[in-house]
Amino acid sequence: MKWLAPPLRMSEPRHRVWWKSPAVWPLAGLMLLALVNLKFNQEFFSLSFQDGHWVGAVVDIFKNGSTCLILALGMTLVIATGGIDLSVGSVMAIVAAVAAARLARGDALPVVLAEGLAVGLLCGLANGLLVSWAKVQPIVATLVLMVSGRGIAQLITGGFQVRIDSADFNFFGNGFIGGVPVAPVVATALFLAAWLWLRRSATGLFIEAAGDNETASRFAGLATGRIKCLVYAVSGMGAAVAGMLAASSIKNANPLHDGLNLELDAIFAVVLGGTALSGGRFNLLGTYLGALMLQTLTETMYYDHVPSAVAPVPKAVLIILVCLLQSETTRRWLGGLRRRVVA
Amino acid sequence: MIAVLRQRLPQLVTAGIFLLLFATAGWRYRGENFASAPNIANLFISNGSLGIIAVGMTLVIFSGGIDLSVGAVAGFTNILVAVLVEQHGVNPWAAMLLGLCLGTLFGAAMGAVIQVFKQPAFLVTLAGMFFARGCAFWISTESIDFKNATMVRLADYTVRVGGSTVHPLPAYVLLAVFALGYVLAQHTRFGRNLLAIGGNEQSALLMGLPVGATKIAVYALCGAGAALAGLVSTVITGGDSTYGNGLELDAIATVVIGGTLLTGGRGHIFGTLCGLLIVGTIQSAISFDGTLSSWWTRIVTGALLLAFILFQRLLLRLTQQ
Repeated sequence: MKWLAPPLRMSEPRHRVWWKSPAVWPLAGLMLLALVNLKFNQEFFSLSFQDGHWVGAVVDIFKNGSTCLILALGMTLVIATGGIDLSVGSVMAIVAAVAAARLARGDALPVVLAEGLAVGLLCGLANGLLVSWAKVQPIVATLVLMVSGRGIAQLITGGFQVRIDSADFNFFGNGFIGGVPVAPVVATALFLAAWLWLRRSATGLFIEAAGDNETASRFAGLATGRIKCLVYAVSGMGAAVAGMLAASSIKNANPLHDGLNLELDAIFAVVLGGTALSGGRFNLLGTYLGALMLQTLTETMYYDHVPSAVAPVPKAVLIILVCLLQSETTRRWLGGLRRRVVA
Repeated sequence: MIAVLRQRLPQLVTAGIFLLLFATAGWRYRGENFASAPNIANLFISNGSLGIIAVGMTLVIFSGGIDLSVGAVAGFTNILVAVLVEQHGVNPWAAMLLGLCLGTLFGAAMGAVIQVFKQPAFLVTLAGMFFARGCAFWISTESIDFKNATMVRLADYTVRVGGSTVHPLPAYVLLAVFALGYVLAQHTRFGRNLLAIGGNEQSALLMGLPVGATKIAVYALCGAGAALAGLVSTVITGGDSTYGNGLELDAIATVVIGGTLLTGGRGHIFGTLCGLLIVGTIQSAISFDGTLSSWWTRIVTGALLLAFILFQRLLLRLTQQ
């Protein structure tokens, strides 16, 4: 229903009844997974305090899901403008390679972090310019970097994996703040910052407007080109943070493996969170819950001793089911069914 | 004549770039016999699976869609046939037929979801990619060598070209698939319908073209192509469930470099062949050089992709004015 414009609003939409918010779906999924685990493996919920930090599956979910979550935040904005960013996985590999190479050369930590972010920003801007200035379809524009990105990462590391010895850098992926791993703290902070920035200023509204009807937005005086550039830049910087977190948690930069297929996980998290791929609306809280739900599913399968290689199958089934549930055709069928039952 | 030339400009440019590239490489590495018959044959042989997939992908892109699952489907067929033949003693031909049927069915199922539920093609085929790759790993994560007599005979089939021995099987299949794709795309009602749908689906529907059936059929065809590529790879290199990782990207790049418009509705199978030869020439030149590392292939492919996308935009803008 693209012609039904969303009402103008400056803050997160207040749904008249809370269960109509799109964030309810991933929440329900999370509950369902929790129930399954409650029934079949109780140790899933066991939390213990060891060596000054919390240990347990729930902590693992937050820790291992944070990379996907950070990518999904940027991806939410890109998808809200009606685009897609396939390059985030490759950008992660590039940034990890840059950070590892710079650390090996002996640069100071803040310099390395800044350089990593700058590289991510550059990659994002390249995507954004291709989409907004050259008017290339987003799938294709970001495909370029997705194809060549791993080659560039290999070029930087000379085709090798680079070990990261800096204890300061590795703190991000392995350290703890107040007993909690650093990565989810970073991810949650980024989520809150994004929510404040998008919903307490007009930026979120502009992004939704540009995604809903680009022509109308331009006529209304919005610089749609610049907005599109902005979201891809944000997505690139998110990929940079995710890439550095991932590299620091495995103390290694691997050009061929860093962030492999993570763009897909990020897209799935966004879709699970109720942000439609057609653009025009986004739901950050839904994305947060969607990413958590995806990771919970993965961890549940680990606990049930499903081999990690097979893990994509249930994920694929889940995403198709969600899409089918959200589609117009299914709604019409269900609507027809309900009418028949009532009559 | 001029009109035809203008319509085929992207393909002509691709063909020109291929000739230029090949001539440059041939001259640069003339000491190593770059432009020799075995090396030209190798262009077709080492990119056989990619080419087979690219034909199916071209047809899907004609219709304005995209299929990201092809690499995973090829990997699935690859390992399925290997396991069936080696560990369960199934007749090789029956196993191959089964693989081909499953690939086709899988493609048709994705096409049906895309068409009936009006879901974006890239999302559905992305999920399909996860599904097929997961199933491939489920079957086996170990690589399998063939001991079956029929498979060994197929793998050992060689001919002599210009004084050296080559395995021509992928090239034969590739050329057959290209011929089939050419006839389908350029000389049948189905091909016309594909281009019409890619040009404007709404208009195609209003014209009374069988939009739904055509779209489902083209994804089924693409799935069949991917399965066929998996079969060829399993015969040549043995069963490997990781086969085809990233192949979908190479295939899309090949199609775009071949001058097919990614928004659909315009293109030519011949362009895809030229695109394949360009990608092959780059790989071959990099391996002939010896000082360039393998990752330059990816970077150069990406750069070419970028150049062609921008070129397409320019062309579109010029023709619209």
